[in-house]
Parts: sequence; structure tokens; C-alpha cells
Amino acid sequence: MAGPDEISKPRGLSARLIINGHILRRSRFLVGFVLLFALWELAVQSGVKEYVLPSPISVFYGFIEHWPNLLTNAWTTTVEIIAGYALAIAISIPLALLIAFSRLFEETIYPVVVFLQIVPKIAVAPLFIIWFGFGFTPKVLLVFLLSFFPIVVSAIAGFKSINPEIVDFVRTTGANGFRTFFKIRLPHALPEIFTGLKVGAALSATAAVVAEFVASDRGLGYLLLQYNGDLNTRMVFAAIILLSAIGVAIYFMAELLERIFVPWRLPPGGHTDVT
Amino acid sequence: MSNRTRNANTTDRLPDVTDLSTKQSAIRAEGVSKTFGTEDRPIVALSSVDLTIKDGEFIAIVGPSGCGKSTLLRIVAGISKPTTGTVTTPHGVVTSPLTDVGIVFQSPVLLDWRNILDNVLIQFELRGIKAKDFSDRARNLLGAVGLGDFLNRYPRELSGGMRQRAAIARALVHNPSLLLMDEPFGALDALTREQMRVDLEALWLKSRKTVLFVTHGIDEAVLLADRVVVMSPRPGRIEQVIEVDIPRPRGLGARRDPTFLRITEEITNIFLSRGVFHQGSGLSESLGH
Repeated sequence: MAGPDEISKPRGLSARLIINGHILRRSRFLVGFVLLFALWELAVQSGVKEYVLPSPISVFYGFIEHWPNLLTNAWTTTVEIIAGYALAIAISIPLALLIAFSRLFEETIYPVVVFLQIVPKIAVAPLFIIWFGFGFTPKVLLVFLLSFFPIVVSAIAGFKSINPEIVDFVRTTGANGFRTFFKIRLPHALPEIFTGLKVGAALSATAAVVAEFVASDRGLGYLLLQYNGDLNTRMVFAAIILLSAIGVAIYFMAELLERIFVPWRLPPGGHTDVT
Repeated sequence: MSNRTRNANTTDRLPDVTDLSTKQSAIRAEGVSKTFGTEDRPIVALSSVDLTIKDGEFIAIVGPSGCGKSTLLRIVAGISKPTTGTVTTPHGVVTSPLTDVGIVFQSPVLLDWRNILDNVLIQFELRGIKAKDFSDRARNLLGAVGLGDFLNRYPRELSGGMRQRAAIARALVHNPSLLLMDEPFGALDALTREQMRVDLEALWLKSRKTVLFVTHGIDEAVLLADRVVVMSPRPGRIEQVIEVDIPRPRGLGARRDPTFLRITEEITNIFLSRGVFHQGSGLSESLGH
């Protein structure tokens, strides 16, 4: 067990240690990826056609040759994702607050949210083209639509799931609603909010690509369809890998923010038994 | 100075700290009843309870599940409103949650995102009082409950007993005139429970706060309380109030005290006559003995 000196380190330092330790521990995932690439190369060596399965090296050269084009379109898609995701956060959190703390909103708005959540959002993409044209707007809105629901639903759950005995304790302190919210309810809800944020982040990349599939003249989704039409399989692979990288980057941004804002979710050095 | 040496003289200082509000002298519940459910299918949790809690007295309420003992505690705290009757403190009739109280529940309900010291200091932060000014007092109190070396630990890093100790420190740190405990040791194992009981008595002997302690443990009630309120269910009512005249500190040895044995038997008999307990014969017959 750590001594008193060891556990009284400033919080900032321990937060950084958590992140470093985390990355170190998770670096084992590389082994899996090496195996995946080995299998891939093996399949290519055994005679699968280039237009069915290009070799990893060929995809890599594809990246290098078409780098400027890929980058321009990746940027377009990234901006769509970030704009839609940010819009989803900006609307879902205040809405979750209203629904969690106002009976009127809970009874009127929440059923609508639950109902709309069931609608397969991707099916709405063509409709957005009719409404908003071929430009930036329908993409942002589809990203918004897909990432909005997991965030709002988990935030409502987070705000509402508080132990009634904590509420009773707080009442004996005579604390007002404002203080109760910032000292108790908000920090209590943060872990669940971040769960929603991560699910939303994962969905946002999918949403942007689907929106670009439906109608667009730029973005990775557009590029993907172009390469597909040309049977340029290695560039299809390149585009998919780039898309995945964007999705992973956004997910890890959310995860990083979670580690900063919800440090208590990750015990430093794991659980300590002190019975 | 190490935590340990600081802990040694802490409890003596407890009563010296400035009160957050004026002292209460007695709490009186008169004709308190509570009915849940609908009008055509009412569930009477408490029926017409009268009880006076004297200043500095340790009162234990013992009874089976559903006898309304927790409801009574919540009504005294002002967290729950009685259907009829009133609770009076020296400040008048209780109509909103009392704030000159410390409250402990069966689960410690600590805040996961705060270390133990900050979990105790939340008591001041929620009251809009500068927590910094009371940091020493919180440290001392945590030392007194045996958590002096764990101030910077998080709740998940502590055992159930330690978490409950922190919850008790949080309930005492603002020096309330009334301590309300709702089955505080109910979730702990038997050995931890016994130790907690002894430690609570020691802590109480130093501060002599008014305590209302709800439990379903007959032993626990008799070992801790000055008076034991025996309740029975359907509808929840007070069967008897028994003075416990065992010298303090009672510690571990009081279990052998003849008074302890007499009173626990008396309470057992009340529960037998009220159908809370049954003699084992019925079961052994059906098993063919």
C-alpha cells in the first residue's frame, strides 16, 4: 500500500501518470494489428487478385501517390463530423437538463425523443438532400442526428440516476438548487454523459460518410464511391483506412476529455484492498 | 507531526468548535402517523407515534422491516412529512428538512469523485461555508474515526466499514446537535459491525450528542442506547420504550452484563408476542422431526 506521501501528489501529475500508464498498457493491441497485416499479406501472396484484395504495400503507395487529394477530402469530412458533433453536444446537454429537471419537459418532450430515436436515422439522409441541397448542411445535420440521441439519452440517465439518499443528505445541508447541481448532480452525471459522448463520436464518422454517399462532390465518402466506380480497390482501402483513422481520433479525443474531467473513473494503480 | 499523533488528541476538541446554529434541547414527536398508497388502498406505515428525545440522549429504535422506523427517522429529519401529527424542536414545528443534523444511512453515499477529506468537507461547501476553514477539524475527526491515513483516498479504495466511518465523520463535522443514523451498520459484516458499534459509543461519549439510531438488531440497540424504542409493524407503532441501565463505556464486555441479557430477552418476547418472531416448532414439524 502506498504511504501518505505517495498519495498526496498533486492531481495534475497523477492525471498525467494515468494517461501515460494507460497508453503503455494498451500498446499490446499492436500485436493484434501486426497479425492482421500478416494475414492480409499472406492472402495476397496466395494469389488473390489485386482488384479484390490489394496488398498492404500497394495500399501504402496509393496513400503516398494520392496524398493531397485524400487529405483535401478528409478535411472536408472531418469538418462535417466536428460541426455536426459539436451541434449535437450543444443541443443535447441543455435538452437533457430540461428533461431531467422539469416534469413538464419530461412528459412532453421526452416521449418524442424516445420515439425519434427508433427511426432509422440513416434513412432520413435522402430527405435531407431534398430539404437542404447537396452542400455542407445536410452532412452536418445527419452527423448531428446520429450522435445526438446517445448523448441526450445518457445525459438524462446521468442526471436522473442519483441515489435518493444522497438527495436526502443534501437536503439536510439546506443547499440551494444551484449549489446542488454543480457540487453533486453534474459531477455525478459526468461518467454517463461521457459514455454517450463516446458512442456519439463513433456514430458521427459513419453519419458523415453516409451523407456523402447520398449526394456530394467532395469528402471521403464521395471519394470512396469514385474509387469504387473505377474498381480502384487499393484506393478504396486507402480511403476506408483514413476514415477509420478519423473515427478513432475523434473517439480518443472524447476518451482523453473523459480522463481529464472524470478522473475518478480510473483508479490510479487499480483497486486497492485495505480491509 | 504525523497523522497518528495528531489523531490522539482530536476527539477532545470536538465540542469546542463553533456551532453552526443554536443547540436544540429536546425533540418531540406527537401523534405522528404516515400513510402511503392511494386513498382506497392506504398503507399505514406509522400510526400515532409519540416520542420525546431528550438532549444528549442516545435513542435506538429497533423493529423488523416495515415497522416504520426509518419513516419515523425521516419525519424527525423533516425529509418526509407526517400525514398527521407534528415534530417539534426548540425552534418550533418541523416543516422543512432540519439542517442542524448529521445523517448517516445504511449505504455511505459518499461522492465517488472526491477523496475522503473532500467528502467530509462537502458538508460545508453545500452550506456555503468556506470549507478551508474547517479542513483541520475534518482531518481531526477523520483521525478520530480511524481514517487519518486515508484522507487522500477515494471511496472506491476503501472497505465498506471505512466508507461508513467517513460517512459518520461527514455527519459530525459541522457539529450538529442531532445525529440521525438509519441502520448505519446494516451492510457491514458481523465483526466490522461489532467494532463500529464500540467505536461509535466511544465517539459519542466524547461529544454526547443527541442520537436517533434506527436498527433491526436487538443487540446493537441495547448495547448502544440509553433508551430503546421497540416498534412492531402493521401498522407501525411503538410497543414499548425501555431504559437501558448498563454503565458506560459498555465496549465489548457489555454482552455479558445481566441487564443486557434481561432487556434483549424482554424485546425478544415482545417480538414473539407480536408475531415478529415464531418459535421454531412449525418448521421442524414440517421437516419431520
